[in-house]
Amino acid sequence: MVLQSLKNCLWLSCIRRTPKACFWSTASGGLIIQSVSNDVYQNLAVEDWIHDHMDLEKQQVLFLWRNSPAVVIGRHQNPWQECNLRLLRQKNIKLARRRSGGGTVYHDLGNINLTFFTTRKKYERMENLKLVVKALKALRPQLDVHVTDRYDILLDRQYKISGTAAKLGRTSAYHHCTLLCNADKFVLSSVLKSPYKGLKSNATPSVPASVKNLFEEDPSLNSEMLLDAIAKEYATQHQIDHHITVINPADETLLPGISNKTKELQTWEWVYGKTPKFSVSTCLNMAHKDSVLDVKVNMDIKHGRIEVCNIDLPEQWLPPGLYSELVKSLTGSKFCPNETAALVTTLLRVCPQDDELHSRWSLLCENMIMLM
Amino acid sequence: VCIHRVRSCSSIRFIKSKHVCVFDKSALKFSHQQRLFRTSAVSCGQIVQFKLSDIGEGITEVTVKEWYIKEGDSVSQFDSICEVQSDKASVTITSRYDGVIRKLHYSIDDIAFVGKPLVDIEIDASKGVAPEEDVVETPPMSHEEHTHQEIKGHKTLATPAVRRLAMENNIKLSEVVGTGKDNRILKEDILNYLAKQTGAILPPSPKAEIVPPLQKTETVPAAPKDKAWKIPVPVSRPIAFSGKDKTEPVTGFQKAMVKTMSAALKIPHFGYCDEIDLTQLVQLREELKPLAELRGVKLSFMPFFIKAASLGLLQYPILNASLDENCQNVTYKASHNIGVAMDTEQGLIVPNVKNVQVCSVFDIAVELNRLQSLGSAGQLGTSDLTGGTFTLSNIGTIGGTYAKPVILPPEVAIGALGKIQVLPRFNGKGEVFKAQIMNVSWSADHRVIDGATMARFSNLWKSYLENPASMLLDLK
Repeated sequence: MVLQSLKNCLWLSCIRRTPKACFWSTASGGLIIQSVSNDVYQNLAVEDWIHDHMDLEKQQVLFLWRNSPAVVIGRHQNPWQECNLRLLRQKNIKLARRRSGGGTVYHDLGNINLTFFTTRKKYERMENLKLVVKALKALRPQLDVHVTDRYDILLDRQYKISGTAAKLGRTSAYHHCTLLCNADKFVLSSVLKSPYKGLKSNATPSVPASVKNLFEEDPSLNSEMLLDAIAKEYATQHQIDHHITVINPADETLLPGISNKTKELQTWEWVYGKTPKFSVSTCLNMAHKDSVLDVKVNMDIKHGRIEVCNIDLPEQWLPPGLYSELVKSLTGSKFCPNETAALVTTLLRVCPQDDELHSRWSLLCENMIMLM
Repeated sequence: VCIHRVRSCSSIRFIKSKHVCVFDKSALKFSHQQRLFRTSAVSCGQIVQFKLSDIGEGITEVTVKEWYIKEGDSVSQFDSICEVQSDKASVTITSRYDGVIRKLHYSIDDIAFVGKPLVDIEIDASKGVAPEEDVVETPPMSHEEHTHQEIKGHKTLATPAVRRLAMENNIKLSEVVGTGKDNRILKEDILNYLAKQTGAILPPSPKAEIVPPLQKTETVPAAPKDKAWKIPVPVSRPIAFSGKDKTEPVTGFQKAMVKTMSAALKIPHFGYCDEIDLTQLVQLREELKPLAELRGVKLSFMPFFIKAASLGLLQYPILNASLDENCQNVTYKASHNIGVAMDTEQGLIVPNVKNVQVCSVFDIAVELNRLQSLGSAGQLGTSDLTGGTFTLSNIGTIGGTYAKPVILPPEVAIGALGKIQVLPRFNGKGEVFKAQIMNVSWSADHRVIDGATMARFSNLWKSYLENPASMLLDLK
């Protein structure tokens, strides 16, 4: 395997467009690239860029990437339903929404990501996964790995080691999949468990599965070996040299417009705002002084913002003016703990300065924030 | 002439519709009838049923997940219409035509079927219908220029009609600037390019108007076609600003701020400003910074400002008070919970350091570090954001000298600290020396605080900071 820097690569000669050295004449059927970055947003942006800008007719692309800890949800999923957002925030694990469909996955450096770019016509997920299995078997013939008809790769017929998702555009398509080499299973299972109750939504649900790392099966394996084996198999099948070109997703000259794509993937509007409409219907159990209050809460959330909010408080528990002020302020506000905390504490400034009132307000608001 | 036109229009469309309705030939009759009705009534705006094309992998149904357009919107060819999902694949469906969306056949979460109508588009007749194939890659051509489809890794987008026009006129597509969506090359761009080359206004070749399969038909009369033609005239346009106003509702935190600030301005504010010589404090901080770092804490100037304020409040407790709504009672707060204004993505939030009166400068630094990291991570809790009794705003970190801060109810005073500047000042001997000068601007509630009290508090605060050693005498 030879890792070549960009300047030596055919890629660059195509951009310079000297007809003789152009891609077309060398008719190489494929290109293998690997990202130097471990930032999930930058890497997703590279996928977007290739999908939008590269002509894949003469040349297919395999993109290899790994991310530092992140949870990646599918295009049409609900992050509140899929993962423990509180835990993510506490542990500083990033949340990203990809443009392809499918379910939620946890990435860390012990997981490798493979993206197969083709034209829309040549989109074929089974073939890609069979390539991966072939590569794994070539590396370790005793591994019991096979592809299911749900496009998962199973180890020992039981454990999921790879999940798949795809994006189809007008002329190009990509299929990407994960591969668990040595990921932290403990963090994986704890972040992918949602604590939020009472959510009702038509968002794509994830199908939970038992997972296992390839490293557990064979401790001599590591991510680099797997990446190399897969690149080798891809090179063989596409009859190209076994070269992996390294790219930097922050390079604006190579990938013009990439920083805008990266930024867009990080906006609240994309990550949370693209959540399909859903409702929250739950009961807060608030312990106040010597009693416990059961407060029913119903909220409709659209584009990540509270469209409708109903809190069933006992009469006069809060002064009616204050209650309506709270509901009015929450309506249209982001379904976000940070936003809500700032909102309710600011509103408190114009409330009567009464300790009892303040403690009730704080209790209610803390409980509401826990829903987010 | 009218009848003749209808007949010729319908004959063109008869041939075209064969290409449009690939999967369902029975729709042919229906659409044929519809078109006859329309052409006699208005100027040839036909409604085409855009069907969901093959997804691949033998998929027959998908779920509609998001619409990018609504009924009545104008679309261009290649614009995104909707997002559908099938078995872990998310597919962007783009328009085949230019026109206006007349009907959406599905709602969100409905199952849509491949080969069945997805949307109805009313096509603008004067523009012509694009062929049914989504073509970006042109068939192999003899001219080498036309095989280069990449410009800096970008595809050259152009419909086959445009490409043919370019080829007929020996134009390299790579040399034409596209003004369409995604830098697509439009017919107008080719014509403008030509006009620039020859300096003439060229009537477009009639062949280019017709989609390739129709070139063979002889039934098209030249006269009506020419009337429909608009000859593009390259004019020098004055540079126009095409930005549009954007209106958004005021929601969430912003809404709450509107309420709070409106209440705040009901308080009669009076201001008091002064200049502080921080030369000695700057030196002291330099000495203490490494000590704090050893303990894992970043030491800024704020802990000193905050502690000095608390010491001042011990002498002038009215500044740490609260006036009730009816201005009947003043409550002197026992705790000095000093708020520190923080600039975050959402805007201005003010967490506070609790009980500064019993905290050391180091304790305050630790707490500030905690609040700052929570603030930048967007994780400040309600307890950190409530209970403040007095506020300092270090606007100087962004810039500025004097300010006019607004009191945050239910407090009665606030201080804004400008940036530290190096300025020449005179010392006791009348010599000029380099001084580290910072400006402070106080605002106080004039209903309960008078100018003299504010001035004395400020002087005391100033003296602690100008001579930090004096803080030692009064530290509790």
